[in-house]
Amino acid sequence: MGMRTSESTLAMTFVFYLSAAAAIVAALLAITRANVVHALLYFICSLLATAVMFFVLGAPFVAALVVIINAGAIMVLFVFVVMMLNSAPGSIEHERAWLKPRVWIGPVLLCVVLIIELVYSLMQYRTGAIAGRTIEPRQVGIALFGPYLLAVELASMLLLAGLLGAYHLGRGALTSGGERP
Amino acid sequence: MTANVPLGVGLSIAAVLLCIGLVGVLVRRNIVIILLSVETMLNACGLAFVFAGSHHQQPDGQVMYFFILTVAAAEVSVGLSLVLQMYRHFGSLDVNTINRMRG
Repeated sequence: MGMRTSESTLAMTFVFYLSAAAAIVAALLAITRANVVHALLYFICSLLATAVMFFVLGAPFVAALVVIINAGAIMVLFVFVVMMLNSAPGSIEHERAWLKPRVWIGPVLLCVVLIIELVYSLMQYRTGAIAGRTIEPRQVGIALFGPYLLAVELASMLLLAGLLGAYHLGRGALTSGGERP
Repeated sequence: MTANVPLGVGLSIAAVLLCIGLVGVLVRRNIVIILLSVETMLNACGLAFVFAGSHHQQPDGQVMYFFILTVAAAEVSVGLSLVLQMYRHFGSLDVNTINRMRG
């Protein structure tokens, strides 16, 4: 068992470094793209690489949070705003020009690397049922609603403030969007 | 099994990501990409927290990532509505168009 464990740890460490490299490369590409949509694609790749890093570090709860909330919800907000900003006539041609197949190649390659890593580490996770160093979601939940209860309440108030602020600021943008100079 | 990475290496990876985000904030002029770079920086901070939590075998690192995620969500929602307002008023996403204050 010990031999198998060390082999598996070595493989997981390799997966960690590979996804760290993917995260850094994707972040570098994201901040150097001229086009916002391309930057968004690379940034989503960077987030997914971070999620794989969290998973092999033994934090599956946070990995799921990154994929669902960060790469899912927050990035969808960005995409919505980019779409709203480009709702001028002729924008379909623009988007078609932005999303040429060769634009997709870089993010898709990075994501293929990540999904191979993820499937591999999931298989390891399943078979090597030792997982002694993984911090389970159960422990995180106990910590969240035990010693950190007040902070959770503050986080909910912060989200409420964000919601109200976004509503207040966005209302004017929606009602009088046509009279832009 | 989980990965076995030295603490300094993991924190250095987080520092590199943070610096990439900082360079993005300082260099780029498109406000949406500046917001993306801020997201990169927040994510790098969260990576440092989760890494330290995993190193010490405590759930607190993941709890901190949860709070960072909350802050990121609130920041992005307000920031993007400000971007919409900016586009409505100035017709541009370039931050150089709003570098003068009119008091």
